[in-house]
Amino acid sequence: MTDLADNSAKRLAPSGFLEFARRHRTLLAALFLLVFPLLVPFKALAVNILIYGLYALGFNLLFGYLGLLSFGHSALFGAGAYICGILMVHVGMPWWAGVLLGCVAGAAMAAIIGTFAIRTSGIYFAMVTLALSQCIYYVFYQATGLTGGENGLRGVNVEMISIFGLRLNFVDPLTRYYVVAAFVIVALWILSRILASPFGAVIESVRENEARARASGYDVRRVRLVTFILSGAFCGLAGALQAIHLSIVPIELMHYETSGLVVMMALLGGMGTFFGPFVGAAVFLLLENLVSLWTVHWQLFVGAVFVVCVLFFPRGIWGSILHAMEKK
Amino acid sequence: MAGLSLELIGLQLFAGLALGSVYVLLAIGLSLIFGMLTVVNFAHGAFFMLGAYVGLWLLSIGVNFWICLVAVPLIVGGFGLAVERTLIRPLYGRGIDYPLLLTFGLSYIIVELVRIVFGKSGYPVATPDALQGAVDIGVGYFPLYRLFVMGVTALILVGLWLFLERTRYGLIIRAGARDAQIVRVLGVNISRVWLMVFGLGCGIAGLGGLLAAPLQGVIPEMGGPILAEAFVVTVVGGMGSLMGAVLAGLLVGVVVSMTSLFAPEMAKVAIFALMAVVLLIRPQGFFGRAGLMS
Repeated sequence: MTDLADNSAKRLAPSGFLEFARRHRTLLAALFLLVFPLLVPFKALAVNILIYGLYALGFNLLFGYLGLLSFGHSALFGAGAYICGILMVHVGMPWWAGVLLGCVAGAAMAAIIGTFAIRTSGIYFAMVTLALSQCIYYVFYQATGLTGGENGLRGVNVEMISIFGLRLNFVDPLTRYYVVAAFVIVALWILSRILASPFGAVIESVRENEARARASGYDVRRVRLVTFILSGAFCGLAGALQAIHLSIVPIELMHYETSGLVVMMALLGGMGTFFGPFVGAAVFLLLENLVSLWTVHWQLFVGAVFVVCVLFFPRGIWGSILHAMEKK
Repeated sequence: MAGLSLELIGLQLFAGLALGSVYVLLAIGLSLIFGMLTVVNFAHGAFFMLGAYVGLWLLSIGVNFWICLVAVPLIVGGFGLAVERTLIRPLYGRGIDYPLLLTFGLSYIIVELVRIVFGKSGYPVATPDALQGAVDIGVGYFPLYRLFVMGVTALILVGLWLFLERTRYGLIIRAGARDAQIVRVLGVNISRVWLMVFGLGCGIAGLGGLLAAPLQGVIPEMGGPILAEAFVVTVVGGMGSLMGAVLAGLLVGVVVSMTSLFAPEMAKVAIFALMAVVLLIRPQGFFGRAGLMS
């Protein structure tokens, strides 16, 4: 995946606005997210974009930066959603505890799947993650007592929330957006810090040349597992936020099509770029919103995006923009 | 465990082998395509489903089942040829993930087109008249159609083996799998070989779909779960190994049918547990070469 590396951002001339933007990417993203709901027709759609954007960022940590293609991320996203929902509905935990433990659940699920899948790489990895996520899907599908099975887990309701004495109405779409946005911005900042850290450099070195990374003394398998777990934490958080956003955890979140969706979003936006997957998620969800107005067969559109991106547009939207700026 | 006799276990073993035959048909196509083109065909489940639907359509316009057995693989294989020629060929030399992503997207398109043409709900498919009923196989009566599925699979395997080992074309294919560059230097048009192999693999998947249709009915989503199961078979058997695909396919079929007898609630999950164990003990699979995948 060398040709899709994040190098484009790094080779930019170290001066001017671009350099400023690169250094302060989280701050700029946060500012953008603050005004974003004013640009989107439906607030629920804006919340969806936040959640799937976070899901795609988490996925891209593994695919774009480490170079491992997973087709099993629905298990991580779904685990976050289900554990958050189960803790709130069956245990009676407050919403924030559910969300945080959903994040932990995503990481734990990644640790389980990763333990097996990390033993392989390349094409095998995609196949094994898909198969294991299918297994997780069946487990959650059959545990009807806890998960509601085919009907989904209902009643993950959050109405009034209070933060440091401040009472907010979570049913109000705009308030809901800003609560979710707060989580997403913190996650963005953490992700940005990880990628800028020495460990972030190790992740990319494993992608670029596994043998050299190993020769430099890094335990490649462990780097892969840790990155997979980190990816799981971000995807689990996204799943938990989806659970409180929808007030229900549908079984479809676990389905392998949810894995395919995030791969497509990362591809559309530009894998291996920091914001690309987020852009991909936003563009896809906005388009889906339009396409589904005149056809119910929007899966045709999902497939077409895959084919067109792979054949003609492998850099994706954000990747192409960065590439064009780099050329100037 | 009342009512659990040796005969019942024997019958269930045969049922597992019949189910495994369908896995074998999918897995040899996957393995063949991977071995030659180093492409993992994520649309393989969609081709399987397409085979079932093309069969359903042919039967509904009055075509004889025996003719379908020949026509369906030809039609689905022909579609596979078109896919390789137009969509996959431009991707050679561009990294191993691209054909995978493309075929994954393609499977969405195929499934949605089938939904548009045939509707979202599934159909039952009647067993052909000549193959109804059951025969005594020593441990009890066993459905004739399942025996027929096993027979067709065995025939395909023998035919494929003879083709690969005993014909000039098979020699080229085997040589191409080992070193495509040298074969090209010797004056063989290797792209055409790749094209034919992709078509062959898809055709066999289509045949698998047709054979599975009377066993489970047809539904647009039928390719998804079986693709995951075929991946389990290829991982257990070892990628690129035909022998591995056959043995692991039959083993997975038997594991499914045995767990649905002894622990029905575990039937869906058992084969994934099998895959997990194989990954821990022998990551390259039974017959895979170590380091092939890294």
